[in-house]
Amino acid sequence: MKHVLLRHRDVPDIHKLEVYRKNGGYEAWQQVLKMQPADVIDVVKASGLRGRGGAGFPTGIKWSFIPKGAEEVYVVINTDESETGTFKDRELLERNPHQVIEGALIAAYAVGAKAIYNYWRGEYMDAAHECQAAVKEAYEAGLIGENILESGFSCDFYNHFGAGAYICGEETALLNSLMGYLGQPWSKPPFPAIEGLYAKPTVVNNTETMANIPPIIVNGADWYRQIGTERSPGPKIACLSGHVNKPGNYEVPLGITYRELIFGEAYGGGIPGGKAFKALLPSGGSGPIMIDEHLDVPMTFEGPETVGSVMGSASLIVMDETVNMVWATTKAIHFFHHESCGKCTPCREGTYWMEQLLHRIMEGHGTERDVRVLENVAENIGGKTLCALGEFARNPVLSSIKHFPEDYRALVQPSAEIPLAVAAD
Amino acid sequence: MIKKSYATEIEDILSRYPTKRSAVLPLMHLAQQEYGYMSDEAKREVAEILDLDPTHILSIAGFYTLYYEEPVGRYVLEVCNDLACALRGADDFLDMVLGKLDVDLHGTTDDGLFTVKNVMCIGACDRAPVLQCNLKFHEHLDEAKFDALVDQWRSDSAEQTSIVDQIIAGRTE
Repeated sequence: MKHVLLRHRDVPDIHKLEVYRKNGGYEAWQQVLKMQPADVIDVVKASGLRGRGGAGFPTGIKWSFIPKGAEEVYVVINTDESETGTFKDRELLERNPHQVIEGALIAAYAVGAKAIYNYWRGEYMDAAHECQAAVKEAYEAGLIGENILESGFSCDFYNHFGAGAYICGEETALLNSLMGYLGQPWSKPPFPAIEGLYAKPTVVNNTETMANIPPIIVNGADWYRQIGTERSPGPKIACLSGHVNKPGNYEVPLGITYRELIFGEAYGGGIPGGKAFKALLPSGGSGPIMIDEHLDVPMTFEGPETVGSVMGSASLIVMDETVNMVWATTKAIHFFHHESCGKCTPCREGTYWMEQLLHRIMEGHGTERDVRVLENVAENIGGKTLCALGEFARNPVLSSIKHFPEDYRALVQPSAEIPLAVAAD
Repeated sequence: MIKKSYATEIEDILSRYPTKRSAVLPLMHLAQQEYGYMSDEAKREVAEILDLDPTHILSIAGFYTLYYEEPVGRYVLEVCNDLACALRGADDFLDMVLGKLDVDLHGTTDDGLFTVKNVMCIGACDRAPVLQCNLKFHEHLDEAKFDALVDQWRSDSAEQTSIVDQIIAGRTE
């Protein structure tokens, strides 16, 4: 398959401006500068592109929320890629940075923004050399800056680096962090489209979302819709990790099955050592676990919902038969406890107590009652937090108890007075 | 004094944002580079440049994992042993690292060269085991590769441009 997003795999040195332009780079940008902003938004709307950070909100509709004629508007790229098992935005910006920059410029033109901030997680500084160089080249070529290509449109592009906080991937936490406050979410409304960065209308899009924009403009919405499914159009980068023979990023049309991605020779190539598949975390640590009978659902925004899970950022962590799911859940909950920003009590305290309970169970001191309490704590975080981190933290706990009660049972002492809730299943 | 050693860079960073406060993370990265960790002096200097209260810098330093509140070794090794990496041997790798350097997790070696931390996912899950040394990625590691790296770090007396200087300060030399 020829790549739309991971084009560096077909075109060596595409991170250099000269090579990128030789291969059609910045043609979309030149085209857009002659269009009306509203028409640009219409093309993106028609393409059906949905946010690639995980939430899947339609990008064109998000852009259309920016009030017309607003004087100060910002575009922010969310490169705070911190979900366990996710490494797609890093590859995009390391190897094909101009495509992301071009996409963000088009977004800025469509909504009338004068500045773009690319918010990177701090741990990615070593992955930013190529992007820093690309921004410099694009400035020198007059593609960013004052009066771009004599169009009268001006826009700046700045890389900004965080300092290690998963929560800053949540858009309002990201904006707080970018403004120099603690990276904690705020209660919406106000939504960033109305009051975002510096309380001005702001578009926040994921890095991969931005990379989709230039090909949509050049090839058109109809071309884009030929890839993927009707409700989930376009290509998607899936990050494969854990127990697969060939871990890595794979650009696939949305709608491919999870089984194909994990076992297909062109993708994960199956489980190492001929071991049996046990479980899949389809969206890093944050999505409900999927089991073998779920693997034939298509990877789309809707597909996994039919089996109680989510596509999210398409970060597939594959686990073979040797993995104890209580151990895997403990790892996931340690992550959420570590990364909870502490603003909402149910998440701050809930993740702490879940980790304590899981440790007790892992060490063989737990009882059936502890599993019931664990489930109860998880259920009580849901719907009670400002952002999705709290919701995410429930998922590995509840889905592992649901699908792998035997892993818990093998570790705990029976407690006759309060039976294990799942034992009845 | 980052005001002196990064004078032009600080001016450039401040010009990117409509408020001074927005420059707090980049300036803290520079201050940590200069002072080695977020010492009281480092916090006070950033606060002074940005007209912020030093206690605000203190709270930021505590919130983000990349700012060190205590002195660290010359090389800070951050080993990922999060779920995806752990499935590919990262827990054993981390134990090997701690054993070889004879150091406790989050501790610093007696010679002041190495601090070893474990970190949450750093986006290199397909190349596990992986660590960052002063933010530089080292991937597809095993014991032999780690030994070779340690030899290199131990013998490397030449000062090289740090990642922070390259990326935050934009010094490409």
